[in-house]
This record gives sequence, structure tokens and C-alpha cells, in this order.
Amino acid sequence: MGETTLNGFGAKPARPSGIRGVATDWASDQRAFKSASWGKAMMWIFLLSDTFIFSCFLLAYMTARSSTTVPWPNASEVFALHMFGADIPLILIAIMTFVLISSSGTMAMAVNFAYRKNKGATVALLLATAALGATFVGMQAFEWTKLITEGVRPWGNPWGAPQFGATFFMITGFHGTHVSFGVLFLLIVARKVWRGEYDRGDRGFFTSRPGDYEHVETMGLYWHFVDLVWVFIFAFFYLW
Amino acid sequence: MVDATPRMERDIPPAEVPELELYHPKSWWTTYVFSQDAKVIAIQYSGTAVAIGLVALVLSWLMRLQLGFPGTFSFITPEAYYQFITMHGMIMVIYLLTALFLGGFGNYLIPLMVGARDMVFPYVNMLSFWVYLLAVLVLVASFFVPGGPTGAGWTLYPPQAILGGTPGGQSWGIILMLVSLILFIIGFTMGGLNYAVTVIQGRTRGMTLMRMPLTVWGIFTATVMALLAFPALFVACVMMLFDRVLGTSFFMPALVEMGEQLSYGGGSPILFQHLFWFFGHPEVYIVALPAFGIVSDLISTHARKNIFGYRMMVWAIVIIGALSFIVWAHHMYVSGMHPWFGFFFATTTLIIAVPTAIKVYNWVLTLWRGDIHLTLPMLFALAFIVTFVNGGLTGLFLGNVVVDVPLSDTMFVVAHFHMVMGVAPIMVIFGAIYHWYPKITGRMLEDWMGKFHFWVTFVGAYAIFFPMHYVGLVGVPRRYPEIGEAAFMTAPVGNLNAFISVAALVVGFAQMVFLFNLVWSLRFGKEAGPNPWRATSLEWQTPITPPPHGNWGDERPVVYRWAYDYSVPGAPEDFIPQNDPWPEKAAARPA
Repeated sequence: MGETTLNGFGAKPARPSGIRGVATDWASDQRAFKSASWGKAMMWIFLLSDTFIFSCFLLAYMTARSSTTVPWPNASEVFALHMFGADIPLILIAIMTFVLISSSGTMAMAVNFAYRKNKGATVALLLATAALGATFVGMQAFEWTKLITEGVRPWGNPWGAPQFGATFFMITGFHGTHVSFGVLFLLIVARKVWRGEYDRGDRGFFTSRPGDYEHVETMGLYWHFVDLVWVFIFAFFYLW
Repeated sequence: MVDATPRMERDIPPAEVPELELYHPKSWWTTYVFSQDAKVIAIQYSGTAVAIGLVALVLSWLMRLQLGFPGTFSFITPEAYYQFITMHGMIMVIYLLTALFLGGFGNYLIPLMVGARDMVFPYVNMLSFWVYLLAVLVLVASFFVPGGPTGAGWTLYPPQAILGGTPGGQSWGIILMLVSLILFIIGFTMGGLNYAVTVIQGRTRGMTLMRMPLTVWGIFTATVMALLAFPALFVACVMMLFDRVLGTSFFMPALVEMGEQLSYGGGSPILFQHLFWFFGHPEVYIVALPAFGIVSDLISTHARKNIFGYRMMVWAIVIIGALSFIVWAHHMYVSGMHPWFGFFFATTTLIIAVPTAIKVYNWVLTLWRGDIHLTLPMLFALAFIVTFVNGGLTGLFLGNVVVDVPLSDTMFVVAHFHMVMGVAPIMVIFGAIYHWYPKITGRMLEDWMGKFHFWVTFVGAYAIFFPMHYVGLVGVPRRYPEIGEAAFMTAPVGNLNAFISVAALVVGFAQMVFLFNLVWSLRFGKEAGPNPWRATSLEWQTPITPPPHGNWGDERPVVYRWAYDYSVPGAPEDFIPQNDPWPEKAAARPA
């Protein structure tokens, strides 16, 4: 993608603050978001669109769950793990959530170190984020395997409404796909940081102007979004 | 504020973003096939959309042959008829109109009109087209699989869409349809992000949002709407695909088919309708808003007058776009919703008539005492206004629950939406092609062929759809291949149906003349020069016509004024281009 990041470019004229500043920016020429590069603006709009996808999925799930005439499987039993001689409800999902939220922490630190141009720390934190993300996906695969061996299928399950398996696999699957792609792109961005492509402003994909690390932040936007979506899935699927 | 007052050179801020070198193609393949130039992508999009649109046109002829002369054509079975209406509707709405307005006109006009060198992400833009082409190919493939394409109707309502009684329901037809839609949405998203970000962040110096031509406003708003509405269709398609392939029951209630209990149970068909129309109603305006924008520019240019109420026009576009997200259930009055929902959705539906009426008044007031040139774009623009008012008025009928219930699923509805979102936007597309063809090719389209095309299409469209309202009012239902003997199906109705069919075939023939004109004028058309319509907006001010990759030569244009400075008192000519600093100093014009 061609990129025109602006951090560090040119003198920034003083602009009014608050609502007046917003009005001034939107009334101005060239750009409505004065501090956002093209890539960042695109990511925000994409995430808005993606929000609608997840909202539709979750609303469909709620409709199915609230209109079904057969009982809905009990989340605290279905998602329990048998450990140390006791059924511990939601233990796996609690760990998964902890892992994913921790990855948002390392991502935020990676963005910070990227803007300080500390390449080593940025790469390490990006790789840590990717590792945590991959761990999340792995645990999700474990959870799927467990449910499948217990007889949960998209078209039915032993405990009640068939829509349970259908919505579960569809929504966590769609989210897991988001996480997996995120891990892939985290690795790509980490490689670019490591090789100094953002210092030189190499041509190619996800490129920037020389010396600009904003792509790490754009990547972070996506990652935090995926994390935020998980909070809703967690709340609606596991706590309801 | 409207930026109607020209800006002085010193008041225009310096460039905020340094220029970025574009990827310049090195071979024939990267210049014309895998091109990253928005203008080439626009032509690829348009060509594909028109090609698949021709398929839909032929399908409409076959439908009309069956309706006009039932029983005459033995190869049109009821199953085939259902497949024709389904594919005709789906292709026309999504693969032709949406793709042509946003992928075609959006790609060509946005960068030129806002003074950009290209879209902001040329590579993603290229991918957008290829995914769209893939979606079209998957759609076309469904004609050739066993069982043929789906015959579920363009709304694809479950449960019938995936049952054996519907053509393609238990074979490949519906699967390919859903996969094709999912691909289309992915492809569109890549393009749509480009169009939106280019408008928000990629404008040239001096180009404020309130100086953009209304064409850009229309396409931009429609793009944002599409980015928010297509997700609902995406979700609906994924879920129905799972219902069909994996045996889930998202939309499928417990059913008995041919005396056999199916394994489905507990799903909600109404949920699909909500998801579909949450996409489907904004979709109407995704098609209409670019048409609104383009027609405003056509009228202003060819009446040599500034658009009346520019600021109102912009806000009307934005308000229509926002309101269109809260009216969707007016397509579902007969679905068994709670009556209070009907009350709510009827109210919001009728409120949309206010900004829409503002736009119609403003078009008419722009024409008022204008120097109207009855050029081809102007003729089509006038036809649009008349047709849109006609279709809009029947929309007020259908928006009211009590009037809609008896009219629902009759040919009246078919006549209504063909007038308002079929004929009206197509009129604008024709007008726009006659208007911008000289910029795209450097030659004018042949005038007499265009006049012939216009009159046959305009009069023919009314010959088709006016009688259809009556046919619907007497109670002929839509989607029936044959009514047979019925008390309301009197001989005049049958004659009307035959008349409509003949008119449809004639109009179809006129489109062949148009296509011939497109090809013929490429070689033999009159040389157009850079600005044959003496228009103000930036795309007519490019140093070279047709504009090459990068559009602007060495320097991007600087914008000093809005796009509607026609017939300004005291100006040397009756138009002042946006990049003309008059009266501060004399402008440099392309020769």
C-alpha cells in the first residue's frame, strides 16, 4: 500500500481545540483528519465496517437465543474444565481472555517503543503480541476440540437448542480468523521493523515514508479492535 | 458554509502531504490489465458491469415474453422463469448498478474531481476489481451448473431459498449465489475504503469538502453507506450458506417437505428478512445517491447555472443516507411484525420524502430561468427528474402500511421500484456516459444515435412501467409466471401485458444502438477537446485528454472556488473552472 504518513513532516500550524477544532478541520482543504495518515484513516473506517459485521452476528445470536423454544445449554457447565478433581466453570475462557487482553498490553507498549524508534524493544513486543495471539488461537482450537468430542455440532448438541453450536462455531470462528490474520500481520510488521524498512521507507506493502513507524500503530488499532470484540463475545456467550 | 466566494492565493494553505511517487507500469500487462490506475480500473469495472448487465437485460426479455404471451414459449418453464427474475434482479441491483456507480464512476471521477493523482491505495483498488470479477464469474458459473442458478427471487428469502422445491435450492445455484455475494462484498470493501479515504484525506490544495462537486458527495456518501450496510448482507449470506451446507438452523424453522420432516428446527426466517433489508434499503440509496449527485452536476453544467442551494443539496444527501438506515422494515409490512413497528417505519419512511423533495425542488430551481442546452446529458437528466418524481410518489403509497398491505407483492410494487431505482438511476448513468465519454476517450458520442437512444428509452420506459402500475392495482401478483383464468385477469390486462412486453423488447433494442454508439464513436466520433461542455469541475481541466496515469502532469491543481461558477457576472466566459484564480489573476487553461 502506498503510504503518506505525516508524523514528523512539516510544521503543524496552531489549530483551535475542542469542537471548534473539529469544525475547522472538516471545513479545511486537503484532509479532514489532520493528524491521521491515509493508512490510519482507512483502518478506522474498516474497523467501523467490521463492527457492523460483528454486531450483526451478535444480534443474530441474541435473536436465536431469545426466540428458541428449547432450553439453551448452560454456559457455566458447557464451558467448564475438569481439573484437579473438580469442574471449574469458565476456567479456560478466563485464561484465554487474560491472554488476549495481555496481548493488547504488549501491543500498546510496542506502539510506544516504535515511536521512540527503539527497534529492538518494538520487535520483541510485537513478537510477544503475536505469541500471545497464537496462544489464544491454540486454546480456542483446544476448546473447539473439546466441544466437538462432547458431541457439539453446528446442527445440534446433546444439551439443547441446536443454535448453540451454530452460533458458537460461527462467531468464535469468525473472531478466531481475525486473530489469526492479526498474528500473520504482526509477524510481517515485526519483520519490517527488524529489517529497518520503515527507516529507509522501502517500497512495497505496508510501507511508510522514511523514518515513520506509524504502521505499528495502525496494526495496533486492528489488534485492539479484535480484543474489544472478544470482550463482547465473552460477555454475550460465556457470561449470559 | 458554502465556499462560494473565491479564495485568494495567499489564503490557500500549503500542501500538507508531500507527493508520493506512483507505481508506474512497465509493461502492457500492468498498464491495461493488472493496472493500478483508478481510471483503468474504472473502465474495467464498467465494462464488466455492463457485460453482466446485458445478461440481465436478456433475462428481462425472456420474462416479458412469458408474461406477455403465456404458454407461447415452451422453453420458459415456471422454474426457468423464477431463475430469470432472481438473476435479473440480483444482477441489476448489485452487479450492475452498485458496481457501475461506485466502482465505475467512483473510480474515474473521485480522484479527478478532488484533484488527486490516484486513489490512496492503488494496489488495493486493483484487487477490488479482480475480486469483483471473480464474484461475477462465480455468478455466471451458476448458469452452467446442474440445476441452474437459484430461483429464490432476488431477496433470497428462506426457508424456500434452500429447499428442493426452489430451482437451485438443493443444487449448486444458491451456494454459488451466496459465495458470489460474499466475494462481491469483500471486493467492494477494498474499493470502498479507497473511495472514502480519498475523499476524506486525499484532496488537493483548496478543495474543501463544501467545494466538492455534488457527484463526489453522492458517491462518497453512498460508499460510506455501503460500507455499513453490506456487513448485514455478508452476515446473512454466511448464515444462509451454513444453513444450506452445514445443516445449521439459523433461518430454518421446523419444516415438513413432501410429507417428510426435515432436520431443521428453531430458526427464524424473519431474522433473515431483517438482515437482508437492513442492507437492502440502504442499497436503494447506495444506487440513488450517486445518481442524485451526478444529475446535479449535469443539470448545473448544461443549464449554465450554479446549482440551487448547494449546501442544502449536500445536507440532503447526508440526511437521506442516515435516515435510510432506519426504514428497512417498510419492506416487511406483511411479514407479521408488530403493528407499532409498522407505525414507526412508516413514519421514518415518509420523513425521507422531505430531504428528497428538497433535492427535487433544487434541481427544478436550478433549471428555472437557466440557459438550458438540450444536450444528451441534459435530456437524460430531465428524464431522471420526471421519472424519479413518478417513482417517488408511488413510494409514498407503498410507505403507508394500510395502502401497502393490499398492494404488497403485486405488479404495482414492481412498477414502483423499477421507476425509482431502475429507470431513474439508469437515466443518470446514460446521461453521465454521454457527459464524460469525451473526457474518457477524447471523442464525442454520435448525437443522432444518442437522440434516438434517448427517445426510445424514455418513452419506452413509460410504456413499460405506467401500464404496469395499473396491472398491479387490479391485483396481478408479482413473481407469477402465468395467472391463467382469474376474475381480475380480464382481457385488457392480458393485452396490457402483451403491450408491455413489446415495449420492453423495443427499449432493449435501443440499448444495442447505444452500445454500438460507444464502440463506433471511439473511432469515428467528433474530436472533443479538453472541455467540450465548458464545465468548471477539475476533471475537465487536466493538461492532457484523456488524462494519463497521475492525471495532472507536474503540478496538482489548486482550487480557488466551488464547482458551480457558471454565468458569473463580469467574468470573461460563462464558466470559471475551479482552478481559475479569476479575478485575482488570469488563469492558465489547457488548450
